[in-house]
Amino acid sequence: MRRLKSIGSFWYDFVVGDDWRVAVVVVAALALTGLLVHAGGVNGWWLLPLCVFAALGWSLRRATRP
Amino acid sequence: MTALPLILTVFVACAVEAIEALTIVLAAGLTREWRSTFQGMAAALAVLAVVVAALGPTITLLPLTALRLVVGALLAIFGLQWLRKAILRATGHKALHDEASAYLREVAAAKEAAVSSRRGVSDWYAFTLSFKGVLLEGLEVVFIVITFGANQHNVGAAVIGAAAAVLVIAVTGVVVRAPLAKVPENAMKFAVGIMLTSFGIFWGAEGAGVDWPGHDGALLVLVPVVALVSLGYTAWLWPRPGSGSVATETEKVVSS
Repeated sequence: MRRLKSIGSFWYDFVVGDDWRVAVVVVAALALTGLLVHAGGVNGWWLLPLCVFAALGWSLRRATRP
Repeated sequence: MTALPLILTVFVACAVEAIEALTIVLAAGLTREWRSTFQGMAAALAVLAVVVAALGPTITLLPLTALRLVVGALLAIFGLQWLRKAILRATGHKALHDEASAYLREVAAAKEAAVSSRRGVSDWYAFTLSFKGVLLEGLEVVFIVITFGANQHNVGAAVIGAAAAVLVIAVTGVVVRAPLAKVPENAMKFAVGIMLTSFGIFWGAEGAGVDWPGHDGALLVLVPVVALVSLGYTAWLWPRPGSGSVATETEKVVSS
């Protein structure tokens, strides 16, 4: 069990890293983009870059806040 | 996309990881024993080869749309991690990754550890130190090779980029016999973070069903835009005059 936990924590750290919120924003933005394209018929190519830039700024702001 | 940008991106990304692995291998080899160090390195490379052999063919079996969605999401998250760290280091909000001090730390720990032989390995400490270092850094190399290679249906080109990086760093390490402290590691990580994030956005959005304006040509706009935004954040977080120790860290980045 301990080994499983350490493997899980290694992969979490490897992929997600220091700020899980960034990963959540990327996944949510991809889901929204898919929804826009397939359900709304909108070619929302701009949504993911905007969300990624916002997530990076937000994460940096949180990391540097005194 | 032609093979050259793919090879170059993988080369730079893998060079950064190879430099970190080299620091650990040198610390183990020069302070402990080369034979056990090489055994650890060989064992780690064997594990990495098994991972590539298992994951490579599996991931290429996925339909292209699903592959792009999954790989794009992973690359964007992974790339943003690199970018975030590189920006925080460049602006002095996080300590720079210093190969020379990392080497000294490993050497001090290696000198203190007792010698014990296990399972046919004469120095178990040197073996495990080298094994862990090469395996952990190597996993990032494998991740980059498989994601980039599979997405471009050109795993061969990605492997060439990675192998060239490992070879160049290994040969340099043998010649110099010291950690490669003068390599501008943070600047390289910054560049790789930009590339990983850009490709992640591009493939991820394509996987979600987007049709990029200009198709593959959109990457030629996306990469500079990601770079500009990242530089903008760096300027925003750049220490103001009189902010003390932060400026000292920043000067180190500029001088490297």
